[in-house]
Amino acid sequence: MAFREDQISRYSRHIILREVGGRGQEKLLSSRVLVIGAGGLGSPVAMYLAAAGVGTIGLVDMDVVDVSNLQRQIMHSQKTVGIPKVLSGARTLERMNPDVKVIPIQERLTAENAMDLFSGYDVIVDGSDNFGTRYIVNDAAFFLRKTLVSGSILRFEGQVTVLEGYTDAPCYRCLYPEAPPPGLVPSCSEAGVLGVLAGTIGTLQAAEVVKKILGIGELLKGQLLLYDALSMTFRKLRVPKDPKCPLCGPHPTITTVSGSSEWVCQVPAS
Amino acid sequence: MAVVVRIPTPLRKLTGNQNEVREEGGTIREVLKNLESHYPGIGERLADESGELRRFINIYVNEEDIRFRDGLDTKIQPGDEVSIIPAIAGGAK
Repeated sequence: MAFREDQISRYSRHIILREVGGRGQEKLLSSRVLVIGAGGLGSPVAMYLAAAGVGTIGLVDMDVVDVSNLQRQIMHSQKTVGIPKVLSGARTLERMNPDVKVIPIQERLTAENAMDLFSGYDVIVDGSDNFGTRYIVNDAAFFLRKTLVSGSILRFEGQVTVLEGYTDAPCYRCLYPEAPPPGLVPSCSEAGVLGVLAGTIGTLQAAEVVKKILGIGELLKGQLLLYDALSMTFRKLRVPKDPKCPLCGPHPTITTVSGSSEWVCQVPAS
Repeated sequence: MAVVVRIPTPLRKLTGNQNEVREEGGTIREVLKNLESHYPGIGERLADESGELRRFINIYVNEEDIRFRDGLDTKIQPGDEVSIIPAIAGGAK
């Protein structure tokens, strides 16, 4: 693939990096990344991937932009309140970089559609807002042998990890075997979230995606990165593969994608 | 022997907004018992009726998950740091 003049200019700061180079930039341009959730995390992830020249970015989200999103969902704006997030996002990304093809998917991710939606992509990014979706994303990515870059945020804290359960690395079920029952863990809409935290965690996810595509550095596989904005501390914890994991362990009991993503904004118990 | 226990944000309203507390105990089980006696209500957030750790909460001693050591009987050495890490799911909304 030959770069156009404008592409050589656009990606020059990448191309001069020995670890990226023209070949790495070509990899980015021919790669396909699916972002689950076009909100707080999905915004910085998709915007940095678009700026980096990731050739195809799929956005999955069924919601429309609400004014309460704008405190942190920087892919959207006052002008796009009321329109579907995936279309608002596609507009932003295409304006940022015309090299990027955005595929807006205005659907709820379900056990039924996950495998089809994921199949055409190289890397999956989870920026969803509920546990039901997170287990569906994990299981579908596992069955299709796709790298999953997972991020989550609440109040002032965030978590990032890279999951490849189809290798000797753990999956999301190794880290958290079960979802909390509805009501026990509050969602962001109930507990609040520091807007800029979405940028910190989403940008870390984007860095892992780019590294995965380029095949450089060390990924957060088998590690959980914790960020606490209040104390401004980052910590890494070890996440072993669980030999009893019902999905990626040696004796799996989960053999298809199942479960529900319906229970989204539950009321907290306390 | 007292160790530092790091409290995640969803549980800090039970510890008077402290992000870390000091508790006595030679094992995680003892530390959690003392934690509950000082901050009533925190125990049931961490363990179920049978006393087993809830499966969406991990407890780490330093960088190691106690599920892959001796569970609640994991021993604690002086200077160890205990972290309570719950699953969180926020991202899009």
